[in-house]
Amino acid sequence: MPYQQRLVTMAGYTVLLITALIFSFLVQQSWPFIQEHISLEFFTGDRWLPVSLPPVFQIRGFLVSSVMITALAIVVGVPFGVLAAVSLAELLPHGIRVVFRSIFEVAAGIPSVVFGFLGIKLVAPAVANFFNLPTGLTGFSAGIVLSVMILPTLVSLSEEALRNVPREYSEASYALGASRWQTIWRVVVPTAQSGIAASILLAVGRAIGETMTVLMVAGGRLATPSSIFEPMRPITALIASEVPNAARFSIQFHALFTAGLMLFLITLAVNAVAASVIVGKKGR
Amino acid sequence: MKKISILALVLTIAFVTMGCQTQVTTLDVTGSDTMVNLGAALAEEFMKTNRTIEIAVSGGGSGTGIAALLEGRTHIAQSSRDLRPEERTRAAARGTLHEITVGWDGLAVAVHPSNPVNELTLAQLAQIYRGEIRNWKELGGNDAPIIILSRDTTSGTFFFFREFVVRERGQKRDAEFHPDTMMMPSTEALYQEIARNPNAIGYVGLGFLRPTIKTIGIRADEAAVAVLPSIETVMNKTYPLARPLFFFIVGELTGALQTYVDFVLSDEGQQVVRNLEFVPIR
Repeated sequence: MPYQQRLVTMAGYTVLLITALIFSFLVQQSWPFIQEHISLEFFTGDRWLPVSLPPVFQIRGFLVSSVMITALAIVVGVPFGVLAAVSLAELLPHGIRVVFRSIFEVAAGIPSVVFGFLGIKLVAPAVANFFNLPTGLTGFSAGIVLSVMILPTLVSLSEEALRNVPREYSEASYALGASRWQTIWRVVVPTAQSGIAASILLAVGRAIGETMTVLMVAGGRLATPSSIFEPMRPITALIASEVPNAARFSIQFHALFTAGLMLFLITLAVNAVAASVIVGKKGR
Repeated sequence: MKKISILALVLTIAFVTMGCQTQVTTLDVTGSDTMVNLGAALAEEFMKTNRTIEIAVSGGGSGTGIAALLEGRTHIAQSSRDLRPEERTRAAARGTLHEITVGWDGLAVAVHPSNPVNELTLAQLAQIYRGEIRNWKELGGNDAPIIILSRDTTSGTFFFFREFVVRERGQKRDAEFHPDTMMMPSTEALYQEIARNPNAIGYVGLGFLRPTIKTIGIRADEAAVAVLPSIETVMNKTYPLARPLFFFIVGELTGALQTYVDFVLSDEGQQVVRNLEFVPIR
């Protein structure tokens, strides 16, 4: 094997190794908690009293919050993102397309604290007014901000998938007398669907892992939310808020890592399910 | 482009090190968000006259500062709460613990300016935060739910407020903040929500009071008169919600550390404390 090839192979393995190391670190840091303190209540209980005597660690509220906010971001963001990608790839004239694309690329680089700030200043007050809520710092506001934040990922990856559909496909479709509209929806989009699905998956990962924005906008309420219009605290915000304060190797520290591990496992499960769906479709 | 920036970096480092003919000692000060502006102002004043000592101040919360102190990552932990027993044990294992009161802070309870409620007893405040009073109507206000705000556990104010108010100075040992309490990630965020939300109540350090939020007068009990927080009322101890601000140091109090602590406790240093609307120790 030439050395360049070996180098590239090694780079691949290194990335794999780093991911494995991160996972084993998570497990290792969670282990003291899992071993001695974990019980069913950890998943089903609503109390989180990390600095009380004795401390109580129950994460149902945070899990529910993470799922609610991510689901809203996906439900709102995906239709916009995918439709925008279709119009970018197929419908808009070249000049506008170039401008839009660079706008999305810039948007991808905006730090999440900026989105958080916009969420506090614009989205939360608007949500409070519109729905007549006691406070605008809710899961709904956070989900709306997140739905905007996942757009760059969705749009650029979906658009790329659409552009990668060979021209011959659409030409063949036109040759059969199909209209442009029929060609887009019957030929181009279905051909690109696994690429579009991958972009949605990455967007889910981005939404569920986002920390700063949800910390600032979601409201930080510890109780398990019964609706998305209530203040809540997702797992990432919990970890960001408490890790700096937790004494290293304390129970609280390990409990936070366990919460992080749960987040990791959820993301992994979502990806596995989605991947099998995509593979299944292709096999058909 | 990259080469130029590397060159610039090398040159900068060269110039900076050339300037350092006299040795500069750096002191790290970290901890309480309530005290971060105070720490910065003290450091700035101090460094005007002591050019060989550099002081780097950062926030993050009292807990963050204490954790850093116990791990040897900072020289001074600024804290708005006392050490917890386990922290005390860990500190003792590292060396002599110095607890220095550098000033006082009054916790002000604040609401939206449109809220008709002007005063609360400590007991009512505790009931609000334990979730036993849930509507402003019960306190003579509007018929609206009370939105309870608190800092999160990174903040010394959380511990002070829990001990002093929610647990009624330790009388209700197991009482906790109601789960509906919204834990705000920073004092600024908490402040902003009070300023915007007509139903919110929250507590902030005395230094954070601004005209866009309304301060509530506190009555120690049913019989007492309501007292608004101010430097005077904290100093003469009529305001019931006040707490000391600490420097925690572990190990020998010598050299630059000693010089800095002496400055903070001097009349000059205490003037800085007063200027930032905290309460001096004398």
